Amino acid sequence: MLVHAPILAIAVPLLGAFSLLGVSYINRTLRNVWACLIAAFTSAMAVAVAIRAFTEGVVVYTLGAASPTESVTAGGFPIRIVLAVDGLGAFMGLIAALAGVVAFIYCFQYLREEEGKSLGLSLLLLLWAGILGMVYTGDLFNFFVFLEITSIAACALIGYRVWESRPAEAAFKTMAMYTLGGLLVLIAVGILYGEYDALNIAYLSKAITGSLLDRLALGLLLGGLLMKAGAVPAHMWAPDAYGEAPAMATIVLVANTQAAIYAILRVVFTLFGGALASPGIGWLIASLGIATVLVAVLMAVVQRHLGRLIAYGAVSQLGYMLLAVGVGLVARGGFGEVALTGGIFHMINDAASVGLLFLVVGAVRRAAGSVDLPSLGGLGHTLRWEAGFFLLGALALAGIPPLNGFASKFLIYESTFRASPILAALALLASILLLAVVVRAFQGAFLGPRAREASPAPRGMLVAMGILALVIIVFGLFPGFFIERIVSPAVQAVLTGREAYLAAVLGG
Amino acid sequence: MGNMPFVVSMILVAIGFLTLITRRNLIKLAIGISIIEMGVNLFLVSLGYVKGGIAPIYTYAPPEARAMVFPTPQALTLTAIVIGLATTALMLAFAVVIYRHRGTLDAGKIRELRG
Repeated sequence: MLVHAPILAIAVPLLGAFSLLGVSYINRTLRNVWACLIAAFTSAMAVAVAIRAFTEGVVVYTLGAASPTESVTAGGFPIRIVLAVDGLGAFMGLIAALAGVVAFIYCFQYLREEEGKSLGLSLLLLLWAGILGMVYTGDLFNFFVFLEITSIAACALIGYRVWESRPAEAAFKTMAMYTLGGLLVLIAVGILYGEYDALNIAYLSKAITGSLLDRLALGLLLGGLLMKAGAVPAHMWAPDAYGEAPAMATIVLVANTQAAIYAILRVVFTLFGGALASPGIGWLIASLGIATVLVAVLMAVVQRHLGRLIAYGAVSQLGYMLLAVGVGLVARGGFGEVALTGGIFHMINDAASVGLLFLVVGAVRRAAGSVDLPSLGGLGHTLRWEAGFFLLGALALAGIPPLNGFASKFLIYESTFRASPILAALALLASILLLAVVVRAFQGAFLGPRAREASPAPRGMLVAMGILALVIIVFGLFPGFFIERIVSPAVQAVLTGREAYLAAVLGG
Repeated sequence: MGNMPFVVSMILVAIGFLTLITRRNLIKLAIGISIIEMGVNLFLVSLGYVKGGIAPIYTYAPPEARAMVFPTPQALTLTAIVIGLATTALMLAFAVVIYRHRGTLDAGKIRELRG
């Protein structure tokens, strides 16, 4: 059973998404039980894969072979699709599991039956399956397919509220950007296939020589993935999507965006790690990262819509991750390790803090009927838990010690300072500005006299927020423990794990 | 002549991008993305072409056939076409929802989400 964990983690939510719709016609309670079973099983499989990857090294699973370990056919050519999970993939799987579980706990009481709850649950499972597929697969075309599965499921979730006009607009914009990004990736896959007759990432990585076509493919892959991640200048869709999507979808969307960052790491360090990973690309990614941070934070200042304000905060956090990836590539030997540790640790911290803020925004929208900042005020009188969670998430987002955002951002500042003091100063400045923005939003929405009636969130939604709050506090208090246990294997997989990855997939 | 299919497919991609830049009607934007998709699909199919090759079906291959085209790019293209169908359908569905709410398909007039 556990041998098959990687494929089960993808296949169960994928099939579950479709079977859920059938079950929902029979009975709603049965549907809820079915959804809980699928979600519990999927996250258990993701955790099982992670434990194996952290203790035994790269987990390889071959599809369609007599035995799952038979990744190479006679002649040393990997003809079948393989799933290859190293420390980084396993870490991303854990983030996806956390986001998925929290989203499921939250949405049972967040979505109303008349809003099409069955469809929402089904799309959420589909998005989850796509993210897990993206981070587990070892095949480039397979990666494209999962990328498109996440795009379609994500956009359907963003445009989920068809009875309002704004979500459809956000979904159309997002779909256009996602599809364009996906097509750029597909052209790159075609170029690499035409050149080397292979789609296996490990095999391609060995074969890539650094020709002009390879450079073109690298550029197209990076361009497509940066569009999918929502980096400046292709960030326009991100605040719309995060701001308009239902809250339980937003946290999985954040995990989806991070899967794009994972893919950038995989492409730069594994696929092109041998021939083309130059500091120049690192500077490019780092400068896009700092541009994303600055643009997003400055845009957050002028927002009146609470969801969009947090959405710009989420985009800015993505910039910090790109900054870390870039600095990690610039200085691979020295302080690059610190940068990547910070960047990869920041992914899970960001999923927790931004996710928590989005869940609170969803609760506010449900309780007060609006998230327009000027019309809100004094919500803290009735929504006590939500106010506390919002403040916690906001402080973690801005990187205030002793919360988790500080632990990872500090590593990013430290390493960026050694690469370029100006970039570090800008990043720190943006963080302070972000703190001011979110604290002002907190004050405007939760403090002061009561502006409107609001009813507290149901217990299920509070539990989901509580899990993320716990993650924020525990990761902030014991960063060393978690860095050593789950972040460090991922960093090692990125920096030095290329040979192990190739050996695990190709044998010998 | 050997590179002709690649040139044509890239021209299609360029036409699609031009459509995206110059048109404001949501349906036409969806068409533009479809054209890019078709260009990429053509690119994938032509990657697997072998001169004088026949369809890669071993059972019914005529004895005088000397070469077969690569089957993998065809499988990739089929998958990409199906994905393209789904994305196009979803975009058109959103266009319909937007039209119902706003009564227009002009991308310049429906910008509620800005800044």
